[in-house]
Amino acid sequence: MKQLTRTLIGGLLAGTTGLLLAACSDSGEQGQTDRAEAKPTVTVYSARAEHLIQPIFERYTEETGVKIRFITDSAGALIQRLKAEGSNTPADLLLTVDAGNLWQASQEGLFQPIESEVLERNIPDHLQADNNDWFGLSVRARTIVYSTERVDPSELSTYEALADDKWQGRLCLRTAKKVYNQSLVATMINTLGEEATEEIVTGWVENLATDPHSNDTSAMEAVLAGQCDVTLVNTYYFGRLQKENPDVKLAIFWPNQNDRGVHINVSGAGLTKHAKQPEAAQALLEWLSSPEAQEQFAEANQEYPANSSVEPSDFVAAWGDFKADSVNVESAGRLQSDAIKLMDRAGYR
Amino acid sequence: MTHSVIQRERRRHYWQARLWHLPVWFMAVLVLMPVSVILLSWGDAQTDIWQHLIQTQLGRLLENTLILVVGVGLWTLLLGVSLAWLVAVCDFPGRRWLDWALMLPLAVPTYVVAFVFLAITDYAGPIQSLWRAWLGPDVDFLPVRGPLGVVFIMTCVLYPYVYMLARSAFIAQGRGLTDAARLLGKGPWGAFWRVALPMARPAIAVGISLALMETLADFGAVAVFNYDTFTTAIYKSWFGFFNLTAAAQLASLLLLFVALALFAEQKGRGRSRFHQTPRRETQRYALKGTQAWLASGYCTAVFVVAFVIPIGQLALWTWAEGAAALDSRYWSLIRHTFILGGVAALATTLLALLVAYGQRLLGKHQVSGAVRLASLGYALPGSVLAVGIMIGFAFIDREIINRVQSLLGLETRQLLVGTLLALILAYAIRFFSVAFGPVQSSLERIRPSYQEAAHSLGANQWRVLLWVYLPLLTPGLLTAALLVLVDTMKEMPATLLLRPFGWDTLAVRIYELTGEGQWRRAALPALTLVVLSIAPVMLMIRQSRLPARTATTLSSGPKP
Repeated sequence: MKQLTRTLIGGLLAGTTGLLLAACSDSGEQGQTDRAEAKPTVTVYSARAEHLIQPIFERYTEETGVKIRFITDSAGALIQRLKAEGSNTPADLLLTVDAGNLWQASQEGLFQPIESEVLERNIPDHLQADNNDWFGLSVRARTIVYSTERVDPSELSTYEALADDKWQGRLCLRTAKKVYNQSLVATMINTLGEEATEEIVTGWVENLATDPHSNDTSAMEAVLAGQCDVTLVNTYYFGRLQKENPDVKLAIFWPNQNDRGVHINVSGAGLTKHAKQPEAAQALLEWLSSPEAQEQFAEANQEYPANSSVEPSDFVAAWGDFKADSVNVESAGRLQSDAIKLMDRAGYR
Repeated sequence: MTHSVIQRERRRHYWQARLWHLPVWFMAVLVLMPVSVILLSWGDAQTDIWQHLIQTQLGRLLENTLILVVGVGLWTLLLGVSLAWLVAVCDFPGRRWLDWALMLPLAVPTYVVAFVFLAITDYAGPIQSLWRAWLGPDVDFLPVRGPLGVVFIMTCVLYPYVYMLARSAFIAQGRGLTDAARLLGKGPWGAFWRVALPMARPAIAVGISLALMETLADFGAVAVFNYDTFTTAIYKSWFGFFNLTAAAQLASLLLLFVALALFAEQKGRGRSRFHQTPRRETQRYALKGTQAWLASGYCTAVFVVAFVIPIGQLALWTWAEGAAALDSRYWSLIRHTFILGGVAALATTLLALLVAYGQRLLGKHQVSGAVRLASLGYALPGSVLAVGIMIGFAFIDREIINRVQSLLGLETRQLLVGTLLALILAYAIRFFSVAFGPVQSSLERIRPSYQEAAHSLGANQWRVLLWVYLPLLTPGLLTAALLVLVDTMKEMPATLLLRPFGWDTLAVRIYELTGEGQWRRAALPALTLVVLSIAPVMLMIRQSRLPARTATTLSSGPKP
């Protein structure tokens, strides 16, 4: 027993030290091989999930020989990490979803402006930062999904109209804590003003059939099960449900077609201020905006390409054309905290 | 022996004892780093956000949090102690396998249990669909997404902490004292209330405080249920308002609650100390007839609800999704999960042992502040703690390591952030109290006379630690290491934020899939995580049967 214990403790100590040493030397070797091959390694902090970007990054490495290493986390945590690391950061690109997050990173001074004709040509103005800090790479529409069994599409018109009494007890929503809803409300504040928006959000809350759901998918499942009749979702969540079950008794409705258009947001990326490989990182970003990558990038998650010369996939195109809100998505970031406070006041959790 | 030799000896002993301040304070400073990052936030008033919080939701947040703490505290106490008593002291059909099976829910991460149960019990789930099919669409069901559901989920996952520690305590007590109480005229209940329970109180208190700290820090389950607590407010300030300062201020209030609770627990325990001499063998009370079947039924029901149902659902989903994801990348996830867990478990247990032993040598009061400080890491929401650790490490990298590097003419780069060392230290900070509890309570059970005897025979502290304490402590140490192993494998926020490039784990994969709302695809990694954790949990149970045996041989050894 004693012998065992001593061996155990000895093993522990040796194991711990060994692993730590291995981990430290690991990163060192990486740097050396990179230099030997004279191909830079681009480092990406990504808030887009691994399975959505890994295949695209792999393709880039195949084509150019440039290696990409990345870690994933939520946008807030990655922004915090960039801030804390300062000039020490190994990150060259920050890739996140939602313009609010990109705007925030830009506000914190984590990006450097990119002068690139390619990006200017590929990405429309309202999907990029005014100061060239970041560029959108895919477009996501947040729209109405309704039960085809209980709702006639002629009943639907705008986001605002969901506050109407006739939807009493028929509306399901995802939680106000999700940045997608915060951005939607922020752009509403931008167009309609704070007072009108608060009235609308209060109306939504009064119409709720049940407490807000923790994600888009479960909100749609509640519509399917008959708990409510309409909800607001990002289209790719609907796409996933439809892929699993092509006969799903739900459909997409494009609201506000007679005025500002459907609320859209982006996933996008910017070059970090202390990038170690700025040229290589910019080249990667430019490639990501190119038609070839755009198709894949958007299709991986059934989103819309940000490059307007690229058609969405057939599956996505089948949901029909729509007019999109052309307000610069940056406003979502600027007004995000106003939107959260407004939703708190309206009792939208 | 001359006078000066004696004095030199004395001085040597004195300094040897002082040396034990080192590990204690090392750990305290380690935890102090993220905590002080959080406390420093008060330098910058965030009146705007505070005003908003107070006006709109602070009342509800506090109420919700209180409901959760009281509910989970009460239920884990009831379940944990009753199950532990039945399994440790009574005999009934199925006791042998329930003994370890009841620990298994510990292997399932809270966030996983939460999304599985919500999928089963929500409006669109099978239970409510059946309910509506039988009773018509308008008959209300229990409000699963309210406090009821959250308390239920947390209790399912957290009762094993109380169960495990109470069980060990009951086993170690043996039957001797309870029998004595019964000989003196107490009934079985009287003996339980007046003797067994008070003696197990320190262990139960440790279990409850672990469960409650985890409740306060939980973000996964409350997020799935969209139930607002203090933690959700912290996250909202950070990710919504992008105001880390306000988030840190809220977190420091949470710290204050926990510090108060720990203090109260310490006071409540008072000076009571329990040194026990374990019995040679434990004869269990054999339950008969209805009693036996009630005991079996009760234990089995808890096991089925807390483990079989969620795991069954995960297995069904994994089956439906196919095992397509099981490629070579998947094996690397498993390997990383296991390596990180293992190293963290070893490092943390070692630290806990050094601190607990140091505390014993130096006397409780000398270092109690440092020890209490070191226990705070567990109570902070993972992300807040992780970001505190990262800011601290990044600061050391910038201000100390980089300066040394440039002085030496080296390329400046980070040595802490983004390395395994930082991640392991983060786990140690987070799970120190998980390891410290079992180590300390098994240390408390050892009579000081062993140590005195060894000293009188000329052994120094290191020899005493190695040859007297370690063999007696092995079960406690193993419990500690296995608990940390399981907790580390489940840990999500610190792993996400601090892992080096390429060190993805199962928890990271679960985060990526659930973050996108893809619960079903997350079933495979979740199930794998549970399977990986089962082995350590079972090992833990095996170990916890050992103290009686080892201690018996030792205490019977010195007898002439």
